[in-house]
Amino acid sequence: MKFILCFIIGGLFCVIAQILIDKTALTPARILVLYVVSGVILTGIGIYKPLVEIAGCGATVPLTGFGYCLADGVEKAVNEHGFIGVFTGGITATSGGIASAILSSVTAALFFNGKPENL
Amino acid sequence: MIEMKSRPSIIGFGNSVGKLEGDGPLKEYFDLTDTDSKFGMKTWEKAESEMIRQAVSITLKKAHLKPGNIELAFGGDLSNQCTATALGMRGFNIPYAGLYGACSTFALGIGLASISIESGKFSTTMAISSSHYSSAERQYRFPLEYGCQRTPTAQTTVTGAGCVILSKDTKSYPYVSAFVPGTICDLGITDANNMGAAMAPAAADTVLKYFSITREDPNNYDYILTGDLGAEGHKIFTDLCLKNGLALGKNSNDCGKMIYNLKEQEVNSGGSGCGCSASVFTAFVMNEFMENKIHDVLLIGTGALLNPSTVLQNETIPGIAHLVRIRREQ
Repeated sequence: MKFILCFIIGGLFCVIAQILIDKTALTPARILVLYVVSGVILTGIGIYKPLVEIAGCGATVPLTGFGYCLADGVEKAVNEHGFIGVFTGGITATSGGIASAILSSVTAALFFNGKPENL
Repeated sequence: MIEMKSRPSIIGFGNSVGKLEGDGPLKEYFDLTDTDSKFGMKTWEKAESEMIRQAVSITLKKAHLKPGNIELAFGGDLSNQCTATALGMRGFNIPYAGLYGACSTFALGIGLASISIESGKFSTTMAISSSHYSSAERQYRFPLEYGCQRTPTAQTTVTGAGCVILSKDTKSYPYVSAFVPGTICDLGITDANNMGAAMAPAAADTVLKYFSITREDPNNYDYILTGDLGAEGHKIFTDLCLKNGLALGKNSNDCGKMIYNLKEQEVNSGGSGCGCSASVFTAFVMNEFMENKIHDVLLIGTGALLNPSTVLQNETIPGIAHLVRIRREQ
């Protein structure tokens, strides 16, 4: 059941983004930023964590999940270290994701060259 | 409108295009098609310059001319500071005037090259223009590696370079008979993904100006071609003309719709870029002229005068359209 919910919820996040691409003048960069910020806000008001519990990867893999990770990290760090956690918590929690993204990008760039998607 | 009494003739024409264009409906008309759009170069920008160099070389060869015969060349592209053309023209030692008209650069170049001959000060001039999909993406939107999705109304920048050589010796070649330089039109479009809509008003403005001066019937022309309005933009252009009393018929088309198979190739709303009108004109249109299949064509190069900074500053996108009339005696 969790697998099904994972795909449905994750798929819905993709559908929303596709609608934004097709129907609005928002650039992909703006949509991505919108997702991260939405994730942070939805986590802050308590909606996102239950969604993660129900849908697992379907909620953590889309970029709203990155916002969730940031917000959750801040919450944990503030509880542990006080006010400084506001600054350290987000980046610390997402450090694994950021580092692996950088490492895989550099590796890909070392071994491959970009080419147009329509060729 | 400038009428060319000296009939600056197109004595040479040539082009070089990329893989997607070479797979399209005009594939038999192109002089050179690259297998992967890299033209043997390491970067996309270098590839574009090489493509330009080839288009110029091919054109000179076909016209049996040497670079030294060309007295003035007008050229431009979409890159920062138009370096693609400058670096491509390097080595030919042809007096060079860099131009920027965005995607209208080719029509603008033909217009200026003809005026140069009409002035009596030059006897052989050249117009060259190009664009490259990958360098344009890096220039205007994001590098290819960013891997972003494109919208349905977005157009695909043509990888192509087109070149013409004009001469005051008329013989029986197709000649430029009129040039209408466009004025900048801005109707407040801010969506950089829908440039057809930004350019359509400028195209309509120039075309309506032309027909109000000449008072001719648009159906008398073999083709009335806009540069790269794309499917969406061309529809807006046609409607704008109709609203102002000019009904365009089946001979009205857009180079951006002609260069690709819109149904089978992944090109969203069609082709765009300086190379679009440059390659369609030097490949298809000029060949039709030389085979005596057509005798009267209007080419309306259309350009969107934006850059990445203006978009970020929420500036609207001004458009411009330059018109040239090419004729050939029966």
